[in-house]
Amino acid sequence: MNLVKPEFGLIFWMTVTFLIVFFLMKKFAWGPILKMIQEREESIESALNSAQKAKDEMAELQNNNEKLLAEARLEKDKMLKEAREIKDTMISDAKDAAQKEALRIMADARNTIQNEKMAAINELKNQVALMSVDIAEKIIRKDLSKDESQKTLVASLINDVKLN
Amino acid sequence: MLNKINTLRIVFSLFLTGIFLLGANTTFADDSLATPAATQHAVEAAESHDATHQNQEAHGEEKFNAGKMILEHVGDAHDWHIAGHLSIPLPVIIYSESGLDIFSSSRFEHGHAAYESEKTGIIYKIHENKVIAVDFNGNENKALTETFYDISITKNVASLLFSVTLLCWIFISVAKAYTRNPGKAPKGLQSFVEPIIIFIRDDVAKASIGEKKYKKFMPYLLTVFFFIWINNLMGLIPIAPFGANLTGNVAVTLTLATITFIITTISANGHYWRHIFAMPGVPAWVLVLLTPIEILGLFLRPFVLMVRLFANITAGHIIALSFFSLIFIFGEMNTGAGLGFSLFSTAFTVFMMVMELLVAFLQAYVFTLLSAVYFGAAVEEGHHEEAHAH
Repeated sequence: MNLVKPEFGLIFWMTVTFLIVFFLMKKFAWGPILKMIQEREESIESALNSAQKAKDEMAELQNNNEKLLAEARLEKDKMLKEAREIKDTMISDAKDAAQKEALRIMADARNTIQNEKMAAINELKNQVALMSVDIAEKIIRKDLSKDESQKTLVASLINDVKLN
Repeated sequence: MLNKINTLRIVFSLFLTGIFLLGANTTFADDSLATPAATQHAVEAAESHDATHQNQEAHGEEKFNAGKMILEHVGDAHDWHIAGHLSIPLPVIIYSESGLDIFSSSRFEHGHAAYESEKTGIIYKIHENKVIAVDFNGNENKALTETFYDISITKNVASLLFSVTLLCWIFISVAKAYTRNPGKAPKGLQSFVEPIIIFIRDDVAKASIGEKKYKKFMPYLLTVFFFIWINNLMGLIPIAPFGANLTGNVAVTLTLATITFIITTISANGHYWRHIFAMPGVPAWVLVLLTPIEILGLFLRPFVLMVRLFANITAGHIIALSFFSLIFIFGEMNTGAGLGFSLFSTAFTVFMMVMELLVAFLQAYVFTLLSAVYFGAAVEEGHHEEAHAH
């Protein structure tokens, strides 16, 4: 019994068995196992990568959305402001125009009134003249039959002349 | 840098092995002191062996011999002892110039009988677990014995065949599980071995050999790792068909170390050989010293691999068996002492077993890692050269 002396028989069997097992395992066990593990790792990695990519894309999308939203808000504010300005100018323009129109209408009215008034006065004058002539005629016809009355008339006329 | 680490590692492991061997030697010395009868047996002829045996039987019970028992347990045998007088006979296969003889070891009747082959006419006898040729008087025919090629299925060979069958069965079924549901999460046995396979791949092969070239060596590294591990574990289970001290047998570790050495040598590139025969950047007069050391190192590495595994596993077996022997030694002195000591022994052996579980994994890992480191050194590319020169 020798503990440190290698036995030929065991070396023989060990070499034969180990080599057979090695080639068997290489072909039927390690080959498929290592291949599958690697494939799975690759698929997991690519899945993780694509998930990360999707996440990034989502973030970018969200960013874009926010940017768009901000832009839209700005646009809205601008539009509102513009609308307000337009409204203001429109109102003031309308006011101005109305004022002008009113003034013009009033001026026209005044002119018309003036014209009408003048016409009326002229008419009145004419009428008064006619009526005075008539009255004078009638009075003259009635009063000038007497001397006295003629004299008073002349005197009053002279008075009037003096008054004017 | 890596080379320095390697050298340190070798020196350190040699140192450890030296310490172990010193320790082991002293235990062996104790054994031989305790067993003068056994050493005498070796010198004495077979007849007197029978005579002493009968003597011992006449005494009633054979006196317990711890050294002999331990060495028988850690060594190889032509039958597989189960319990008491029950053992499984194993086939004896002897090839000599006269031809091939195959017969059952039960023919030897536990060493009491000789067997004469009808085919070759050689008379076989078993002596100290070794098949020898004897003449008609029962004396050993040394010249004939030396021509034997003993390729018997011994206990270790049977255990080897059993373990590799188990190994193939486990991993081929795992491989089937992988091909059956590709890309799915591992289940059952698959999920147990996968982390280990990935550990060997990432932390042993990739780390030592490099991302580019590790693939070629993966099948060997995995095979050797699981082979050593499963046999280490099987050696810890004391009941047949387990319990053989296979990885603690120097023939097995020698074969494994030789295969590692052959793979290293075959796959070695010019850079590797240049570093051995003419280390670049070293003056010629240093090379005179360095080259022989490097060449010695070349053979020292597999030798250290062989001794480390053998010594570690055998030591574990010897320690566990020693503690059990103590029970019987105390028992022979006094039954009470034996019973009392059995408690202590069992507790200590449980502790040792837990240690051995760790050692079983560790030694498999160390063997695989060092093989990978040697392969890595063999296929290392030249661009590290400049770094070394500085």
